[in-house]
Amino acid sequence: MTNRKNLGLLLLILAVGATVALINPRFLAPVNLSNTANLVGLFGIFAVAQAFVIISGGIELSAGSVIALLGVLFVDLIATETLSPLVCFLAMLAMGAVIGFIHGWLVARLGLQPFVVTLCGLLIYRGLARYYTEDATAGFPFGASFPTLEWITTGRILGVPNSLTAFVVLALIMGVVLHRSAYGRYLFATGRNEEAARYSGVPTARILIAAYVISGVLTAIAAVYFAMYTRSISPSSHGNFYELYAIAAAVLGGCSLRGGEGSIVGVALGVVLLQVLQNLVNLLGIPSSLNFAVMGSVILAGVLADNHFLRRRDRP
Amino acid sequence: MFLKFESVSKAYHGIPALQGIDLDVARAEVLGLVGENGAGKSTLMKILGGVIQPDSGHVTLEGVSSNGLTIRQSQAAGIAFVHQELNLFDNLTVAANILLHREPLRGGFLRLVDEPAMARLAAPLLARLGAEFPADRSLSSLSLAERQLVEIAKALSMQARLIILDEPTSSLTATETERLLGIVRALRQDGVAVILITHRLAEVQAVADRVAVLRDGRKITELTGPQIRPDVMTRHMVGRDLAQIYRRPARPPADTLLEVDQVRTFRYPTQPITLTVRAGEIVGLAGLIGSGRSELAGTIFGLDRPLSGQIRVAGDPVPPGDPRAAMTAGVCLVPEDRKACGLIVDFSITDNFALPNLPALCRLGLVQRAKTTTLAQEQGSALDLRAAGMGQPVRSLSGGNQQKVVIGKWLARAPRVLIFDEPTRGVDVGAKGEIYGHMRRLADAGAAVLMVSSDMEEVIGVSDRVLVMHEGRIAGELTRDDLSEQSILSLAVGRGQDDLHKEKKRHIA
Repeated sequence: MTNRKNLGLLLLILAVGATVALINPRFLAPVNLSNTANLVGLFGIFAVAQAFVIISGGIELSAGSVIALLGVLFVDLIATETLSPLVCFLAMLAMGAVIGFIHGWLVARLGLQPFVVTLCGLLIYRGLARYYTEDATAGFPFGASFPTLEWITTGRILGVPNSLTAFVVLALIMGVVLHRSAYGRYLFATGRNEEAARYSGVPTARILIAAYVISGVLTAIAAVYFAMYTRSISPSSHGNFYELYAIAAAVLGGCSLRGGEGSIVGVALGVVLLQVLQNLVNLLGIPSSLNFAVMGSVILAGVLADNHFLRRRDRP
Repeated sequence: MFLKFESVSKAYHGIPALQGIDLDVARAEVLGLVGENGAGKSTLMKILGGVIQPDSGHVTLEGVSSNGLTIRQSQAAGIAFVHQELNLFDNLTVAANILLHREPLRGGFLRLVDEPAMARLAAPLLARLGAEFPADRSLSSLSLAERQLVEIAKALSMQARLIILDEPTSSLTATETERLLGIVRALRQDGVAVILITHRLAEVQAVADRVAVLRDGRKITELTGPQIRPDVMTRHMVGRDLAQIYRRPARPPADTLLEVDQVRTFRYPTQPITLTVRAGEIVGLAGLIGSGRSELAGTIFGLDRPLSGQIRVAGDPVPPGDPRAAMTAGVCLVPEDRKACGLIVDFSITDNFALPNLPALCRLGLVQRAKTTTLAQEQGSALDLRAAGMGQPVRSLSGGNQQKVVIGKWLARAPRVLIFDEPTRGVDVGAKGEIYGHMRRLADAGAAVLMVSSDMEEVIGVSDRVLVMHEGRIAGELTRDDLSEQSILSLAVGRGQDDLHKEKKRHIA
């Protein structure tokens, strides 16, 4: 079932891509493909983060704000040049883990609703980011240079952006965690039927908290990549709506908001489709103000088609 | 005669639930309806409410005869139900609940709710029932007994002429019960008919004009006047020939394996429970629904933390409130609700078998598929599971095969203490026998088996020894020699073993 869904998604991507390429051949120009690949990498990392939480039966609305907050902190920390870039990077991962732990703890131990917890996170982290920089744009000082870090985050190997490579590596690792490990099984079980999982001896609270921690760490990695990509961060707009991109990609990729359903391959395809659509808006001369409307329509169409197939399957 | 059933029959999937029931209810009459779980009371009430139609027979309502009622007809005739689980909204006020969907409106097309009129309409109904709370109180601030009054007031507001009270007193205190019975009498005075369904036979005796006793889908007898006595009712409720399904244990029970020592659960915080189960023994835990059996089972398995007391397996205390610790100690639970708690129905058979056993099926944290497949095939053939393949989702299996999957989850762990909560609910007869066979085999292999069951046939047919619970405490213990439906039921409804002995003596005298 999942495989057929993913195949459908892949065909849709190819169809949309072919159409765009026919109308505007610039779609296939190396520069354009490389740019799109870079964006796929950046958005892909935190879409995988989102998928873990959605499969747990929750939702993570604060991703965009976390990307802004960790972004300004990272830029500030690294610009002082007292700490090595690696230490700064690890510090961000730790902060992402702490944020994820707090969310997971509130959800799993106190029983708060994920929507509410992460909505508060969305507001809090955005506010903190703006307060921290006094609403000013955070950027690197003139002439600052971190060759290794820049190469890892924004460099290319044979024209393939390293952000995409990083995404593929992370997706492979998380794919093994999700689809092959005992933890992954427990996560699917807890997301689909927490009660039955508990009756089978699954430590459901720990599994849920771990899902939010994984999500937080992956989001922190994405935050560093975005910070290095944009090089200047305006705390009031950086990462705005990114959580919605991630949710959209996860849903397109077969994650159910009921929990316990989804695959890493599906999420990756969902991310690719969204970026191709963005590209389509640019290349076909559609007013960029219609960007969101196009995205929304395609997602709705996808969900409707999925629903249609599901009903056909369930019919006796 | 307000209502008359004539030779009404109903079967579900070929299994008869009601057979040729004749029953009538007059105006201003209180009819008691008694019978064991599964005697056919709910089916009869569903026909009365128009939820289901009988297969044959006639229902005559106010002189109009038909082959069955619709929900609309039933409501129009003034038949109202007050269920055990109340159909009320605790986010609304009392008046809003009583007049739901029939609110007085004003403001023309604006359709505004006329709050003063709501209170005016609801207040006299509440006064008639002697309620001490105003109509504008929020339902959430009311006790269960008060909510019941709201439900009755709602029935009265619809000009109810027959009110069915289904186990109305099971959660009430003695004073509240007394008041409710007073209200039943007052309703009768006003010309309203009442059908009272309850396991509490003393209340039937106190208030009913007539009692119909159901057993196995048949009306066994009707009692009136001085015949309405608890002992007479129990005698008619039981006394069926039980199929001889009991299989003796291979050897006498060995040492004590499970010890529940002075354990108090959240459901009945004032009742410490002590019981033991020996290796090789199947102990039945009987009692009425809500007597605290499932809560005890959940506490032993660590789903809930006991308020006090200790659970020991083979003498070693089990850390409380942690299913994993219980599993490590060898305790397993086959829960009552297999779809909500026993299985993840969208998962395959293999994945369900694997879930509690994953640590043993993993290397370096990764699930070894070959091992899960082997496990599933082993358990599948050991349990004679009937499925197209082990990759089939559990939801597509029959109830009996689903239950086998739940049992199979635990077999791979070589369990020492197995708790079955209603092991054969919704399971067909063939699979029932197989499941009993597995329970006996497990016991013979040295496990201690504790079986919670409301099915008399099962309790008597499977258990080596029976403990009966009543309102959170162990009301008595029965060995196979004094095991009978009557002895179990008497303990379950709270008539002590002393009463039983007295009765025996009276019979002899």
